[in-house]
Amino acid sequence: MTVISAQNLDLTFQTNDGPVHALKAVSLDIEKGDFVSFIGPSGCGKTTFLRCMADLEQPTGGSITVNGVSAAEARAARAYGYVFQAAGLYPWRTIGGNISLPLEIMGYSKSDQRDRVARVLELVELAGFEKKFPWQLSGGMQQRASIARALAFDADILLMDEPFGALDEIVRDHLNEQLLKLWARTEKTIAFVTHSIPEAVYLSTKIVVMSPRPGRITDVIDSPLPKERPLDIRETPEFLEIAHRVREGLRAGSEV
Amino acid sequence: MKSVFPVLTVVAAIVVMWYLAAVPMNAQWAYDRAARADVELTFSDLVADTWSQEKPRLPAPHQVAVEVWQTTVDKKITSKRSLIYHSWITLSATLVGFALGTTLGILLAVGIVYNRVMDMSVMPWVIASQTIPILALAPMIIVVLNAVGVSGLLPKAVISMYLSFFPVAVGMVKGLRSPEVMQLDQMHTWHASASQTFWKLRLPASMPYLFTSLKVAMAASLVGAIVGELPTGAIAGLGARLLAGSYYGQTIQIWSALIMAAALAAVMVSLIGLIQRIVLKRMGMAT
Repeated sequence: MTVISAQNLDLTFQTNDGPVHALKAVSLDIEKGDFVSFIGPSGCGKTTFLRCMADLEQPTGGSITVNGVSAAEARAARAYGYVFQAAGLYPWRTIGGNISLPLEIMGYSKSDQRDRVARVLELVELAGFEKKFPWQLSGGMQQRASIARALAFDADILLMDEPFGALDEIVRDHLNEQLLKLWARTEKTIAFVTHSIPEAVYLSTKIVVMSPRPGRITDVIDSPLPKERPLDIRETPEFLEIAHRVREGLRAGSEV
Repeated sequence: MKSVFPVLTVVAAIVVMWYLAAVPMNAQWAYDRAARADVELTFSDLVADTWSQEKPRLPAPHQVAVEVWQTTVDKKITSKRSLIYHSWITLSATLVGFALGTTLGILLAVGIVYNRVMDMSVMPWVIASQTIPILALAPMIIVVLNAVGVSGLLPKAVISMYLSFFPVAVGMVKGLRSPEVMQLDQMHTWHASASQTFWKLRLPASMPYLFTSLKVAMAASLVGAIVGELPTGAIAGLGARLLAGSYYGQTIQIWSALIMAAALAAVMVSLIGLIQRIVLKRMGMAT
């Protein structure tokens, strides 16, 4: 079943230096349960594309549907959870309070909020941190809390915009591993923006390579890797072969 | 507690300079009197005289201290000569003006942040309002309000409000705009309403800004109330004490009213500081 479908998507920003083609003729279908990574140099429109899915950006041409309806309707129906580059936790709320924030906004009952907070904290391995304030947690733990917040209201789609970009390599590896487990347990559809080739190859069932000026898709790679992926799968020939193809795609895109 | 020693050092230095300054400031009077009595002044006589005149140009610290003591502790609070009575008159107008000013400031800030027309049109007027000297404006406010039958505390409170809404409005505009674009986008992804974004994000985020502005506003309110008492004919209040003191050359009375006003401002501002610490600590935002 197709969850997100973009047809000939165009987005042109009007700036003082003239129009900028952030997206040009982008077409892509994301199936239910897919883990799709978007990779490309800065300015290739990968984040813009994700923001179009989230109705944070309005395309100037083409069409996009999420769960069969427009992006705006999908947002109103709380169809997706969005994880930003920074955790963006409110410093005046505890971790539990931060996770129940979207639940409060969506009008869940107090007892339901408590149950859900406990459940998603368990899911991101932060049980017991509910009463802590964000500054008492490390950067990696804060980002896990922000993922928990995006999961709390049980949206089937998870949109993630370079969620681990600001974290160091070791923490990143650990979170990638956890994210795969979480994806396997929850069977969500995940769209994931990154600029790391190993991260994209390790996580995804489908890798979308994009290139800039104008932002467009240059290659879509279906990963042959199994669903079960230990960290050392990154040294296997299959993994390296996909990584090579992604690198080639990025190089080809930047030469144009 | 670490700050006690430096503060006391500065206070001691000021007192010493004050005593030293009192000698040349009041010397002329002492010389004149000595000349009239045809006596020779020794240096110690001169110093003793300049520190104990009845109407000195610059009263010595202990003279002011004695005056403050006599008009607070030794006088009944109900007495017209009690500095506590006068302080309360001024403080009540200050507090009402502060409350009005804070409310007006916050309302203006909300309007400016949420309404583009208000953002473009109101802010220049808010700034312009503060460039008019309050001394010129205060008598007008009192006369106009008096003409419509409002007198007593309220006109003074209005002048306090006029001075105190400004820091609150400017601080709150900054505070309500302090959430990052990302945090606003996040609210958008949850399909939050405008009022939810206000109550759950913008308002809590503005709290540190609010308290900083409240401190400035409190001091401005006190100035406003004192200024408001000057043109009313000096009936009651710290401003009245200042004015009456200057009519009759009672410099000691002026200085004791000044000290009282300063102490009042210090107490009120540190009270806000205390509330700020408690609130921000409970919000987990203590710095």
